[in-house]
Amino acid sequence: MAVIASIHVFINHAFAVGAYPIVTLMEYRGWKKGDGAWDELAYKVTFALFVVTTTLGALTGVGIWFSAALIAPFGIGSLLRVFFWGWFIEWIVFISEVILIMIYFLSWKRMSASGRKRAHIGIGVILSVFSWLTMAIIVGILGFMMGSGRWPETQSLFSAFFNPIYLPQLAFRTAFAMGVAGLCVWFLIFFFTSKGSGLRHGSVRYVSRWMLVWIIPFVAASVWYWKVVPAAMAANIDVALVTQRFTQWHETLAIIMFCAIGALILVAGAGALKPKLLTSILLFVPLLLGLWLLGHFERVREFVRKPYVIADYMYSNGVRVSELPVLQRDGVLTHATYVNNHTVTSGNQIGAGRDVFVVTCSRCHTTTGINSVVTKFRNLYGEQPWDKNAMGAFIHTMHTSRTFMPPFPGNDKEADALVAYLKQLQVDHEFILAAQNSWTVKPAEVTGATGGP
Amino acid sequence: MFAGLTGKIISVLAQAPVPRDLDLPLPIPAADLKILLVITFLAHILFVNLMVGSSVLTVIFEVIGLSSPRYDALAKRIAHTITVNKSLAVVLGVGPLLCISLVYTIHFYSANALTGYAWISVIPLVILAFLAAYLHKYTWDKWTGRYKRMHVGVGLTAAVLFLCIPLIFLSNINLMLFPQQWVEVKGFFSSLRVGNVFPRLFHFLAASIAVTGLFLAGWFGRKSYPLGDNLPEFNHSKLRRLFYRVAFYVTLAQLFFGPLLLFTLPAEGVTGTLLWLILTGAAIAIAFLYLLSREIQADDHAIGNKYVWTVIVFTLVVVAMGTGRHLYRESSLSAHMKLIEDRSDTFHAVELATHMRIDAGLGVGDALGGGPTGESVFRNCAACHAVDRVLAAPSLIEIQSIYKGNPDGIIEWAKAPGKKRPEFAPMPAFAHLDDERLRLVADYMLSATASPDKDEASSEHN
Ligand code: HEC
Ligand code: HEC
Repeated sequence: MAVIASIHVFINHAFAVGAYPIVTLMEYRGWKKGDGAWDELAYKVTFALFVVTTTLGALTGVGIWFSAALIAPFGIGSLLRVFFWGWFIEWIVFISEVILIMIYFLSWKRMSASGRKRAHIGIGVILSVFSWLTMAIIVGILGFMMGSGRWPETQSLFSAFFNPIYLPQLAFRTAFAMGVAGLCVWFLIFFFTSKGSGLRHGSVRYVSRWMLVWIIPFVAASVWYWKVVPAAMAANIDVALVTQRFTQWHETLAIIMFCAIGALILVAGAGALKPKLLTSILLFVPLLLGLWLLGHFERVREFVRKPYVIADYMYSNGVRVSELPVLQRDGVLTHATYVNNHTVTSGNQIGAGRDVFVVTCSRCHTTTGINSVVTKFRNLYGEQPWDKNAMGAFIHTMHTSRTFMPPFPGNDKEADALVAYLKQLQVDHEFILAAQNSWTVKPAEVTGATGGP
Repeated sequence: MFAGLTGKIISVLAQAPVPRDLDLPLPIPAADLKILLVITFLAHILFVNLMVGSSVLTVIFEVIGLSSPRYDALAKRIAHTITVNKSLAVVLGVGPLLCISLVYTIHFYSANALTGYAWISVIPLVILAFLAAYLHKYTWDKWTGRYKRMHVGVGLTAAVLFLCIPLIFLSNINLMLFPQQWVEVKGFFSSLRVGNVFPRLFHFLAASIAVTGLFLAGWFGRKSYPLGDNLPEFNHSKLRRLFYRVAFYVTLAQLFFGPLLLFTLPAEGVTGTLLWLILTGAAIAIAFLYLLSREIQADDHAIGNKYVWTVIVFTLVVVAMGTGRHLYRESSLSAHMKLIEDRSDTFHAVELATHMRIDAGLGVGDALGGGPTGESVFRNCAACHAVDRVLAAPSLIEIQSIYKGNPDGIIEWAKAPGKKRPEFAPMPAFAHLDDERLRLVADYMLSATASPDKDEASSEHN
């Protein structure tokens, strides 16, 4: 999921949003100056953009949906209902964008030959606008997941969309996309021109100037975004606290932003003044910094909404905030679908505990794999047999001591069953499928394992 | 016949899991969403058909072209049409995906979850297929001579990938219809045993080639197509007849695949209306065949005069079959949907009642209810701190020795814990517990004495 999302965001930002304006400008320049070599270069760069955006770009976009819906079906399902028109418009814009990409690239030669260059450049401009629009809509939806603004009260699309983080985020992403796209086009130029040629120097200088132009908006947007995040968080996380981890993240973000901007200025400056100095190796530095920045930036979303999939509405384990008291009273198993035990009895502690684990913890923890609970508890209590009262206390208060976890959505008996199961896991490791992979459990397979200690 | 079935459906459904629906209303009425679903789906599937059909035909003609070169040129021109069609297939797919996730949330997502890895692998598979298609297209004039085989291999790879992807989709679309079998399904391959995935695949594949044949008959047959530059050895009428033939023979084969699909369909969802619709569709398909045969037999100058009619009649067939497909889904899911709705409503009522109790101050049996006490707040700490034992942190005895007479020290620490002892992980901050609670717990910590038996007893009791 994280991988697909990062690839998508990077391709979408660097290749689509930022790079199409650049090639359109290059085409324009070639046309104005009557320079066929520029036009040819712009065409080649567009070919590369075309291949990447219509394969990786378009599909990782769809891929985010596939994987998000697998991991958090309730969350995504709910988001779709809240944001239907947003998604629908996004879809129309996305169709237009892809169609424009195809027209722009596939008609290049024909329109140039038939003297309709001006119209072709016009298509490039419209394409640039649509790529940006796609991003502008997506950012609203992402921002919503991060802090739902006034949505819980109004339940309206408008207030959900224009949440407090929307504009700073959009500004940041826009400036970022424009800057980083410069680096990508730069790479492609190195690929399509020969070393030491006048064309290479001219185009590198041109792209460098483009990047320099975006530095100031980039700095401004970074500062704005950086300032707005803590306030938005404080307003949205009901425990109203800025955790240590967040403070750390926030400080690191500032440092990375600073380095990335510095590197960008250096490289773009060098490119504008002395294009001969630049080698493709050198370009890697700002590019990697840019990627790192983006990755870090994306993490805030993951991070800030950790206990929630939709802030203040739904926790990451699919439990809604408002159903929590019901589940904590009646028991989460009582109301669950895909479990083998709906009540905890003295005879089924282990089996019921496994069900509780699958329903309440397994979307974030495995038994013995990634982010394994066994390891987590071992870090807390060491190797000696774990203390069950302490574990019970932990489970009941896990959302207050670790604010990135949701509250335990079950009753006392279920907590005890979970403890019994976890204690068994400590001695007898067992790998089980998470809720997202085993919506259904075959009763026969489990009865054998419910014998108890 | 159908009345008898209802009883059977109920008994079959008894084995089906009945999840609760999401608690948010649909953004627009379900009926509108379903209409939107059918329309957007037909648009999507049209381009999917063209994408799959063209890549299959490209390979076939390229292989024929190995011995007669002009078919190689034809294959190349067919490959060129894939570029646009495949991209449209993908972007147009987002709409129906959106609609189906909304109206059939539970069913669709359950099927996705059950075929997890295969479902997610659709993405990399499509990317690979697209890249292979680009490679195939842009190396056509470069990989010749002894590289030609490799070139055919790339085209074949793309075609095979394009065939795997519909299979995964079909397995999901099929699986979502049979909740009573969800408990038995373990992954993609076992999902292929549910319902009738393979007859669906054959039917789809034949339809893809028929649609592509009809499309290419128009594409190459139109007078404005620059044959001189691209395919000097063909003329418009000849190409039109060729692709009419493709469409004709494949549609003829549907007279076998169609009934195969219908008769292997699990009977629970088959209704009278559905049968009528399918039969009407089949009748129109026969009219389509007749029209095609007339076109194929027409003279060179007259061929193509009825092209628009063939397209219209074919569209009618597609609409009839597409609607039939939807009706089948509706009728096989309606009983289960009703169960889901009832269960969701019941739960919703319980939830409302609970909140009314809470608002009225009656509580819900919350362990922390009735105002905080030192003991109740200490539950936040008890995961790590115990009176006279070391769990994951220093014992209260030790804390008492440090903070005797200094509860404020404990409060300060709990708000922003430091890092003192290397043997423990750092303590999380508790700044979100207000000062009142922190004072209570600080006093409690300083006054607590060991009584482990009581705790033991209470949890054994449960
Ligand atoms: C929303 C996702 C999520 C859910 C649901 C969740 N956890 Fe966690 N849990 C986390 C994260 C994230 C961490 C921190 C991981 C890290 O720091 O490496 C964590 C840490 C822990 C730790 C270690 C705490 C510490 O102080 O070091 C334990 C123990 C734990 N979880 C148990 C559980 C149990 C038991 C459940 C189910 C009742 C559960 N978690 C549900 C996300 C979750
Ligand atoms: C996740 C486990 C955990 C929880 C929950 C926890 N603590 Fe701690 N606590 C620790 C650890 C670990 C230390 C030792 C830290 C060190 O020395 O580095 C500690 C140390 C302390 C100390 C001693 C500080 C000193 O000066 O040596 C106090 C006081 C304390 N905790 C209070 C609390 C209070 C009050 C709560 C509940 C509101 C609480 N703790 C909850 C893990 C925890």
